[in-house]
Amino acid sequence: MAEPASIGIPLESITVSRSVSIAVVGNPNSGKSTLFNRVTGLNQRTANYPGVTVEKRTGKLTVGSTVFDLIDLPGIYSLSPESTDERIVVDVLLGRVAGTPRPDAILAVVDSTRLYQGLFLLQQLAELGRPMVVALTMADAAAEQQIAIDCDALGEKLGGVPVCQVVATTGKGFSALRSCIAEAVDRSAAESPRFWPALRREAVALEQDVRGSDLSLVDIERTIIDDDPVGVEAIRRALGPDGDRRIAAHRNSLCGDDPPLAVESRVRYRWISEALPRLQSRAPAPVRWKRRIVDWINRPYPATVLFLVLMATVFQAVFAWATPMMDLIDAVAGGLGEWVSGTLPAGAVASFLADGVIAGVGSVVIFLPQILILFLFIILMEDTGYLARTAFLMDRAMRAVGLSGQSVVPLISGFACAVPSIMATRVIPNRRDRIATIMATPFMTCSARLPIYALLIAAFVPNLTVGFANLQGLVLFGLYLLGILGGIATALLLRKSALRGPKPSFVLALPEFRMPNVRTVLMKLADRAWIFLRRAGTVIFAVAVVVWALAYFPRADDIESQRLAAQVEVQTVLEGEALAAEIARIDNEAAAAQLAQSWLGRMGQGVEPLFRPLGWDWRVSAAVIAGFPAREVVVAVLGTIYAVGSEADESSLAERLTSATWPDGRTVFTLPMVFGLLIFYAWCLQCAATLAVIKRETNTWRWPLFAWGYMTALGYVGALLIFQIGSV
Amino acid sequence: MTLADLKRGDRARIDAVNPVEPSVRRLMVLGLVEGAELECLGGSLGGDPMELRIHGSALSLRRADARRFSVTSTADAED
Repeated sequence: MAEPASIGIPLESITVSRSVSIAVVGNPNSGKSTLFNRVTGLNQRTANYPGVTVEKRTGKLTVGSTVFDLIDLPGIYSLSPESTDERIVVDVLLGRVAGTPRPDAILAVVDSTRLYQGLFLLQQLAELGRPMVVALTMADAAAEQQIAIDCDALGEKLGGVPVCQVVATTGKGFSALRSCIAEAVDRSAAESPRFWPALRREAVALEQDVRGSDLSLVDIERTIIDDDPVGVEAIRRALGPDGDRRIAAHRNSLCGDDPPLAVESRVRYRWISEALPRLQSRAPAPVRWKRRIVDWINRPYPATVLFLVLMATVFQAVFAWATPMMDLIDAVAGGLGEWVSGTLPAGAVASFLADGVIAGVGSVVIFLPQILILFLFIILMEDTGYLARTAFLMDRAMRAVGLSGQSVVPLISGFACAVPSIMATRVIPNRRDRIATIMATPFMTCSARLPIYALLIAAFVPNLTVGFANLQGLVLFGLYLLGILGGIATALLLRKSALRGPKPSFVLALPEFRMPNVRTVLMKLADRAWIFLRRAGTVIFAVAVVVWALAYFPRADDIESQRLAAQVEVQTVLEGEALAAEIARIDNEAAAAQLAQSWLGRMGQGVEPLFRPLGWDWRVSAAVIAGFPAREVVVAVLGTIYAVGSEADESSLAERLTSATWPDGRTVFTLPMVFGLLIFYAWCLQCAATLAVIKRETNTWRWPLFAWGYMTALGYVGALLIFQIGSV
Repeated sequence: MTLADLKRGDRARIDAVNPVEPSVRRLMVLGLVEGAELECLGGSLGGDPMELRIHGSALSLRRADARRFSVTSTADAED
């Protein structure tokens, strides 16, 4: 009578906890994400919404036996969407996004010092008729500016919703906020207030005509105002070709010939200017020294000087301050690799671990210090409100190339690394501007280009003083300019062709200066570091392993046996240092011979005809091919090919390059060839991590493929022209 | 007179808005509507874009958009 073993859990042992979804909606720069972080703690998840690149951040808050699923939505000023980010907010609030249930309640976040603008969104949210809690952030800044808000009166005006004043960065007021959230959800939705009754009347009238279309009144209201695509389609289905005419008729009786959004603004702000004096009192704040300093710094000329000084500091930091940490990582990876090659018997396994895995991981992690420093600056700029200031300052200059001030910081960050810079383009609301910026960013001379520049310049550009400057420094500066030129030209061309569209508008709320919060900054920094290590790390690491395999296999046994024989032979005639040097030489020669007949070497020889017009022999071609996934490996590959060992110091490699010849004795590294090679490196997109991040940020393979093809072609043509013209 | 004619420190009230461009409508959503009172905080390099303060919060907009707002100076009317 044996019963089948039950693998289920007895029903009675499952505690039924209720799950309530809450949408966190608020104005940009209101401290909404800081508040979200603090409410949910580390209990967060990041994903993407289906079909768009908008990041979906969710987190949990547990109060008693109730689990609240909070979803952090992008910042908006109104429910009329302008960008994909804003579209998502409307779609989530109206329950139209697959995989995201319609929120049971709304947590509205508004800056206490900007209640005037916040009330626009609060009116719209209150009209949705969903349980709502209002969090007024930056209570400390409001107190400093002597702004007092009557929270009870505000809650009353919005239809009886709880209103809490909080300081998101310090956590002040959060226990009250949590209990408000827990209570508000159980509140039965009262009659929701109407701030624009005429709109509801038109919506009710239109609903009569399309009965049975399962559109809500809110859907219909958004359709009358914004031509909401979901609403328009449903109405067309219900009314046929008459649908558009009906929508237009209702819009016309509501707004006349004026754009609905303009009419909505007038109606809502009329209410706001009447209500505001009763909701907040504002004592004339004394002008403090802090205010004076900020006002002075914000003037155009001091602001420009400050901007340049700040950028110079960032550069200095990224290049100089990161060096000790990078050297340390390099030393650790190198030491570990040597230890592995010394401990394990020589062969494929040892080489895979030392040259593939450890060197591969090392090549990723070595950029972490630079990325952390760069992001620390960007996060500080963001959290002090300075980022918006730089956009304001540089807007005029960027307009000349068809972009707006908001592209400045991503482009400048590109000098360190394109991967985080492309992630930083998310602040640009317009998709066309954003993609043009993404396409221009990889042209900026990133830190991975520096080793090859340094090698070629040191080897082939005479160390002369020209006027006040050093010729080598001038060439390096020229290469930076070349990158900037390429990026600007690309943005201009794209804005005139594939990304043609209205000039990017520039409407920006400029946040007040505020002190950043250490905890928030560190949390953001850890978040960015993790994204870099996980996404870029997997790609670069995989690539390093593949390059290793291509350069290692197949092994030629005769080269190996010749190497061993030669070593035995020299041991009989030499000793001491001379012996060690000779053995190292034999090892390097053997490694070069192995590489020559490896898959990578064969590929180099295979594509040599393609690169011969640029003056490259098979060795250079092989190194360039190896660098396509990650350009930083080029110097190491050149070192191996030219048989000085991948760990050789620059001067011995430079010597080898200078004396490299074609089979007929001509020099390979002529000046036109070197300059061509430099131009190729300035323009070519040799970075799989960048391609992966472009794919992720544009959500299509089209743009990374275009960027790769376009930049490779540009680099090739540039190198070809320089070599051919220079060699005449 | 339009918003674009204001200098640093000038105060004005908006009399009429011509909401032809989407960017002008976005400024209206941020509270630049008829009757709103504001202060000019100056311009960026070359005077464009310009910066305004309205009800305590700062906004930036381009001069081209600013021309869509007719204003009356209220230099002496406010605190």
